[in-house]
Amino acid sequence: MRIVMTPEDMSRTLSRMAHEIAEKFNREIAQAVMVGIRTRGLPLAQRLQALLRDVTGVTLPLGVLDITLYRDDLTQIGPAPLVRKTELPFRVTDRPVFLIDDVLFTGRTIRAALDELVDYGRPRTVRLFVLIDRDHRELPIQADVVGQFVATELDEIVHVLLRETDGRDGVVVTRRTEPLDLEALV
Amino acid sequence: MTGRTEPTLDMTSPGQWHRRHLLAIEPLSREEILTVLDVAAAMKEISQRDVKKVPALRGKTVVLLFFEPSTRTRTSFEIAAKRLSADTVSFSVSTSSVSKGETFLDTVLNIQAMAPDAIVVRHRSAGAPYFITNYIDACVINAGDGSHEHPTQALLDAMTVRERLGRLDGLKVAIVGDILHSRVARSNVFLWHKMGSEVWVCGPPTLLPPVFRQWPVRVTYRLEEALEGADVIMVLRLQLERHISLRFPSIREYFQRYGLTRERLKYAKEGVLIMHPGPMNRGIEIESEVADGPYSVILYQVANGIAVRMAVLYLLLGGATG
Repeated sequence: MRIVMTPEDMSRTLSRMAHEIAEKFNREIAQAVMVGIRTRGLPLAQRLQALLRDVTGVTLPLGVLDITLYRDDLTQIGPAPLVRKTELPFRVTDRPVFLIDDVLFTGRTIRAALDELVDYGRPRTVRLFVLIDRDHRELPIQADVVGQFVATELDEIVHVLLRETDGRDGVVVTRRTEPLDLEALV
Repeated sequence: MTGRTEPTLDMTSPGQWHRRHLLAIEPLSREEILTVLDVAAAMKEISQRDVKKVPALRGKTVVLLFFEPSTRTRTSFEIAAKRLSADTVSFSVSTSSVSKGETFLDTVLNIQAMAPDAIVVRHRSAGAPYFITNYIDACVINAGDGSHEHPTQALLDAMTVRERLGRLDGLKVAIVGDILHSRVARSNVFLWHKMGSEVWVCGPPTLLPPVFRQWPVRVTYRLEEALEGADVIMVLRLQLERHISLRFPSIREYFQRYGLTRERLKYAKEGVLIMHPGPMNRGIEIESEVADGPYSVILYQVANGIAVRMAVLYLLLGGATG
């Protein structure tokens, strides 16, 4: 097991991401909306929303996507995965959309998210912000702002832990067969 | 577009779904019912989008096999399947070879040969959907079999109550009318008993014979007693096509004893939900002013029917096992 981020690392990284977003997409922020991808993209989007407010003074509207019904592997996996609500309490047409997820891996989740997003309208732009880029893309998809690049093996799992969902912050990498030891993070 | 302004982090973990068919409420567990309702709540939002379609069931074929007349249920299943991108084929008795003398089994085998992924079946005989599962590979959904069950109706009723009252337990649910012939009543009795609510059934003795006392229900022939303190009132349709009028002196007398009127509503709780599975006979089992009144959630039931049927189709057909 490798510890990639401690709780302190994570809060520094998110803070840096907020500054980088504010700098790179300065012209878009006033019109932009934030959309987290379930599950852990939502708390990350909420945190970036607060950090961006501190940096820019703007509170961006926040929504959440559940991409389950757009997955390209539905007919290959076991029982139908359960679906939660997609909630976009705003129109996306002609607005910049800041899409947020925890880990960028094959790119297939983002492909599904883009397909779902365009069913709601035609965004002016879509920007992708991820906490971890673990490489091994299978589609031509890249993030615009990355918290940290982590070189991984294909048989490894990247665990992003968040207070809101897991009771603690941190990022660890394990082998597929290796148990996750949460105590090592403290 | 949803009414809520801030999205919520939903960390509840509903149970998995492993069934291949949905034939009845009776064998389902409380957790399975909640799984359908949770997925249905997520599906509901799709019907409010600009593009009311998701690709989840692309390439799947759903056959709607209706041996009894139905507009609402068939249309509801058809819309549900289409919003999930499945293809639908409708097969109803008036246009089919059943009227040319083909047996039920031959009809089913012919449809099986066309390799559908799911069959939604309505038949006047109880057990017809079970019978089909022995002969075909497709998932079978019961859309009403005789006087036995109509599971998706009970699920959409539960979804409507959960949305409105925020709970499914500790409620008094009164089911009023033609209990004897009602598959809606049977499915609802099983569902509400499993969810921990108290079910009262009420109707004239000829439509509520003593055998119903074996059910997990309270039985009464007095409407006022059934309505007393009720949170939910389900009014059933008098199934006049089943020669029901032989079971009481006149429709007028039925309305006087068992018709749901504004006057009688005062026995129920403030904010009681009035439900009806449709189609309604206004002025027979329900007064128009009640059907159109502020407590009526009849049209919400119809909207939720699509969400529940999307959830059922997705759970049965969505994974690799579908």
